[in-house]
Amino acid sequence: MPVLEHSSLGQAPPGQEEVLQQFARGDLDAFEALFRRHQAQVYRWIVRTVRDPATAEDLTVETFWRIHRAHARFDPARSFEAWARRIASNAALDYLKSTAHAFAKNAQGWDTPDPVEDLPQPQPPDPGITQEIRTRTVQAFRQLPPKLQVAATLALIEEQPYKEIAEALGISAGAVKLRVFRALRLLRKKLKQQGIEP
Amino acid sequence: MNASEQERIAKLLKTSLPPVGGAKSAPDGTEKDGAQFGRDLWPAMLQRLQQPAAPVAWFESAWFDGALLASVVVWLTFFPAAIPVLLYHL
Repeated sequence: MPVLEHSSLGQAPPGQEEVLQQFARGDLDAFEALFRRHQAQVYRWIVRTVRDPATAEDLTVETFWRIHRAHARFDPARSFEAWARRIASNAALDYLKSTAHAFAKNAQGWDTPDPVEDLPQPQPPDPGITQEIRTRTVQAFRQLPPKLQVAATLALIEEQPYKEIAEALGISAGAVKLRVFRALRLLRKKLKQQGIEP
Repeated sequence: MNASEQERIAKLLKTSLPPVGGAKSAPDGTEKDGAQFGRDLWPAMLQRLQQPAAPVAWFESAWFDGALLASVVVWLTFFPAAIPVLLYHL
């Protein structure tokens, strides 16, 4: 079955307005049309945040389930993409919060690899940064508060525009920058505690 | 923390956690796309929609009620003179 997607943000394709209105009234066919059109986009946003393809698939379904549940609150005059992205961000954040406790309790957390390591990886560009330093950096990063992790991941690692991150998280661009700064400051502190001087 | 420190930590972070996909500049200059979407999730979505909503555990729905009741009991224990006032408002 072909996977449809709508890549151009902000421009509603033909018939979109009608579909949105039907969706807001609770029409399942309209929901399916929106699901098929936006699932790839939602998935990509989530996988950038949680960095695990299998989890991202589950969270994509969870996001659309929340979207379906909240159909009556959707205003068809507003952007579905932005709304979906915000719900996706909340779902991803909830997931990271739930795993943060598990990670903190996991005594063997230092050996836990980043799930995205299952995917093809580029070679590290700086041979001066050893595997051990990278592993410890990942683990220290995973110990940061989930809100800071999400902001830093999207802004620094995935290089998403601050404006898009701000919209998705429901905060201002200034607040995103502050979260990124706090994430870096906290990461530096944690690395220094382990004797790593960034 | 100055700008160069921020830059160094950001670089270390990016080296340790390479972008999953669609980043503007992959470290090795190539386009790496781990965010590629592979399969249609509609069947999984349908399955989820057909599942009945999970019942809320009693302790999730009642914790606030319990806390409120406990605070009223504590309040009345320390301030028994408030009992007539409470009865009047009930």
